[in-house]
Amino acid sequence: MTPAVEIRDLHKSFGDLHVLKGIDLDVQQGEAVVLLGSSGSGKSTLLRCINFMEEPNDGRIRINGDLIGAERGGKMVYRENELCKLRTRVGMVFQHFNLFPHMTVLENVMEGQVVVLGRSKAEARDKALAQLARVGLEEKAPEYPSRLSGGQKQRVAIARALAMDPEVMLFDEVTSALDPELVGEVLKTMRQLAEEGMTMVCVTHEIGFAYHVANKVCFLQDGQILEQGEPHKVLKTPETSRVRDFLDGHSLFKLPD
Amino acid sequence: MQHTWNFASVFAYWDVLLIGLWGTVYLFVLTCVIGLAGGLVVGMLRYSKNGWISYPARLYVEVFRNTPVLVQIIWFFFALPVVIGVEVSAFMAAFLGITLNTIAFSAEVFRGGIQSIEREQWEAGKAIGMSYAKTMRRIILPQALKRMLPPLTSRGIEVFKMSTLASVVAYPETLQQAKLIASYEYNPIEAYTVVAIMFFLVLLPMVQLTYLLERRFGKSD
Repeated sequence: MTPAVEIRDLHKSFGDLHVLKGIDLDVQQGEAVVLLGSSGSGKSTLLRCINFMEEPNDGRIRINGDLIGAERGGKMVYRENELCKLRTRVGMVFQHFNLFPHMTVLENVMEGQVVVLGRSKAEARDKALAQLARVGLEEKAPEYPSRLSGGQKQRVAIARALAMDPEVMLFDEVTSALDPELVGEVLKTMRQLAEEGMTMVCVTHEIGFAYHVANKVCFLQDGQILEQGEPHKVLKTPETSRVRDFLDGHSLFKLPD
Repeated sequence: MQHTWNFASVFAYWDVLLIGLWGTVYLFVLTCVIGLAGGLVVGMLRYSKNGWISYPARLYVEVFRNTPVLVQIIWFFFALPVVIGVEVSAFMAAFLGITLNTIAFSAEVFRGGIQSIEREQWEAGKAIGMSYAKTMRRIILPQALKRMLPPLTSRGIEVFKMSTLASVVAYPETLQQAKLIASYEYNPIEAYTVVAIMFFLVLLPMVQLTYLLERRFGKSD
């Protein structure tokens, strides 16, 4: 079966800073992959390359078999048109929600459908309400984002991305900016999506989420994938001391069993 | 000091004042509309990443922001005809001075307003497949306009009052007409009092309207 995302030898630099140094990664259809790593390891950059928020300097990305970009003299070139179209196929949710504050919740979820996909207002409204129901926020449709809690904002952002009927969803530290008691509702929504078979790539520090929801965990270190595999393997019996240290740091003060 | 107020000597010339008020409104509408529209264009040029576009726009803004409108009007009236060899009417001189100045001012407001919108809003638009132009039009500009509204409306009020500067080249606006009346009737105190009251009566409702506008646009906060 064609992987939903196929990344080969991906490189990305910011000026002199070589952030990604040859990443190979396959995400199968319906798979949830969690990217772990300390800050500066390149995990967010990798995620942002998948929908070309950052343009890679080298390498190939295929989404459900379609090569993104065209080769010109050994270099990949990308047209804005093509990337806009790609981003309708690969949804993204951000750490800081980034809802449109001048639109209601409903308008937020309708915007891309109408303006980008060209759906009729009626169709977009039905679809938006369905997606809002899916994240449990149908009754917030007429509110402005400023009236919502952080967790609700993030669920609206998820609904906004889902409304485009994406083939893949990218989650970029979506619980990092939330109050601890609001993290659960967002993780629950993400878990539900994973169980419904959505293909997902998540950057997160929630080890528990990675363990219980992910099909695959990738540990990034210094712009390369250091370890990858099934969560119970990577998170319970890591091969490298680097991953062990990282995990120990994340569970320093665990409650006793 | 004793002064016998005689407003009748002003009101006798109500038709002259009315012509002046028309002149004021006419100048205001044209300078305001073209000034704001031009400001949007220059503001966008100023925002451009291409130095060949943004630098001339910046030069323009700095020249007109840092010279007095009154001096510009006088210059356009007396010096421009010498430079280009074409007669410049009083209206044209006043129009050029106020408009070019308003363009420079509002260009800065537009640029600042657009720049004040967080980078994340651009990303959010991009992430649902919007092009640069769509993101600008649907996401950035509506939010930026809301922030620009207070400085722009106060500039509008300012432009209305600035129209009196046109009297320096004898363009028949309200102040100029009052000057005429005063020179006929030797009643400058009454004539200029009436001008002040006329401006107050026109501007007061206009300012209330801008408050209403700002409140309406602020409803998502």
